[in-house]
Amino acid sequence: MDTPLKRTPLYKAHVEAGARMVPFGGWEMPVQYAGIVEEHRSVRSAVGLFDVSHMGEFEVEGAGALDVLQALTTNDVSALEVGQVQYSILCYPNGTIVDDLTVYRLAGDRFMLTVNASNIDRDYAWVTDYAWITEHQRKEARWRNVSAETGLIAVQGPRAEPLVGRLADQDVTNVGYYRFARGTVAGMPALISRTGYTGEDGFELYAAAADAGRLWAALLEAGRADGVAPIGLGARDTLRLEMKYALYGNDIDDTTNALEAGLGWVVKPAKGEFVGRDALEKIRAEGVRRKLVGIEMVDKAVARHGYPVLRDGRRVGVVTSGSYGPSVDKYIAMAYVETALAAVGTPLAVEIRGQAKAARVVKTPFHPSRVKKA
Amino acid sequence: MANVPKDLKYTREHEWAKQEGGRVRVGITAYAQDQLGDVVFVELPKVGAKVTASKAFGVVESVKAVSDLFAPVSGEVVEVNAELGQKPETVNADPYGKGWMIVVKPSNKAEWDQLLTAEQYEEFLRQGGH
Repeated sequence: MDTPLKRTPLYKAHVEAGARMVPFGGWEMPVQYAGIVEEHRSVRSAVGLFDVSHMGEFEVEGAGALDVLQALTTNDVSALEVGQVQYSILCYPNGTIVDDLTVYRLAGDRFMLTVNASNIDRDYAWVTDYAWITEHQRKEARWRNVSAETGLIAVQGPRAEPLVGRLADQDVTNVGYYRFARGTVAGMPALISRTGYTGEDGFELYAAAADAGRLWAALLEAGRADGVAPIGLGARDTLRLEMKYALYGNDIDDTTNALEAGLGWVVKPAKGEFVGRDALEKIRAEGVRRKLVGIEMVDKAVARHGYPVLRDGRRVGVVTSGSYGPSVDKYIAMAYVETALAAVGTPLAVEIRGQAKAARVVKTPFHPSRVKKA
Repeated sequence: MANVPKDLKYTREHEWAKQEGGRVRVGITAYAQDQLGDVVFVELPKVGAKVTASKAFGVVESVKAVSDLFAPVSGEVVEVNAELGQKPETVNADPYGKGWMIVVKPSNKAEWDQLLTAEQYEEFLRQGGH
């Protein structure tokens, strides 16, 4: 249990900026700088920088790369153009989730996968060793785990586009949602991806780990007039919660299937065989037994991960994420509830310290998304 | 080092206690609110409730965490800071003032002497605070 925590290339910058460092998925990460609520508001109103270098990146290349990804992920990789990004899932044969990820098509036969930090080793073993992969595919698809050499900085908020635009070697307004461009930012080579985890417009900048510190400093310096602020994992969590974006380990894991998690939009059985397809087809035909919904507390109380959801005193579900939502100014949560109770407006209760506190199912996202859809 | 007023007494769970003419006002320390981060919810007992020294009397929740509040002394709750229901962030802004939580009419005067002095609490914080 005492394995030393890993540090990103920006560790020193966080400590010098006075961040509070905490263990997260095997990493020592900043949970907050100025304070979670203030940082949350900076992202919604101006622009925030997130060190997400702890996330994992794999590259796969070769004549078999597309086939391997089609066999491993639920989304249809053949629909992905060069320069495009796709949200997707790695499933177990029973339809539960190994990880959620983004897939980048770097070239016709070359891809990058971005996976959750705490799952890097397990995912890499999964994609390279899984028995599903044929001998032919194994030979024709060469994998590289480039996590350690890759730095990743998310720039999110309404001022993200002008900030990145000033430092980039190209017009980033041309980079559409879930698309990316290669170029330089502040003179450093970067993959500029119009993606994020906040519900705001913005970019995720992939750069060499060795350049991450200078890129971070350049963004802070150039963004001063924009009101740029470094943002910790605490606000990252409240921002994504207001969007009802699932977090692996909280809302989705190896006990939840992709369909009940509301991720059916990235499950494409028509593309052909993939791990988990048969199970998911069966679940889809039979209908899901529970659904991941957004709930809002009616009584004043904070619902947290693991708290039971009740209806007339009967246990009907479980909270997976919950907190105060600074932008909606309400106590909000995500929870799995029985399908019959998943409709917007359904009155429920959350058991908090032995007491049933009133709640109801609400429309999500809790806060309107402002991502830049093409 | 966090602000530790000299005229208060303290618990090892980071509550402060203040003598006010035979009654005891209770809140959490500057150190505690800083460690918690943004306070978003405070659950307090009702006036008339009985609290017991070293036992939980309520809950304070930050964005990230839930923490129990421990009574410095035993007795009856005679005042509750209802404003914290609407403005829990007051605990962060003014932990020793407007962010107070309850006032207790103590039932056992000897418990007061068990509490940490400001000097003892500062020493406790220097050693890590837990």
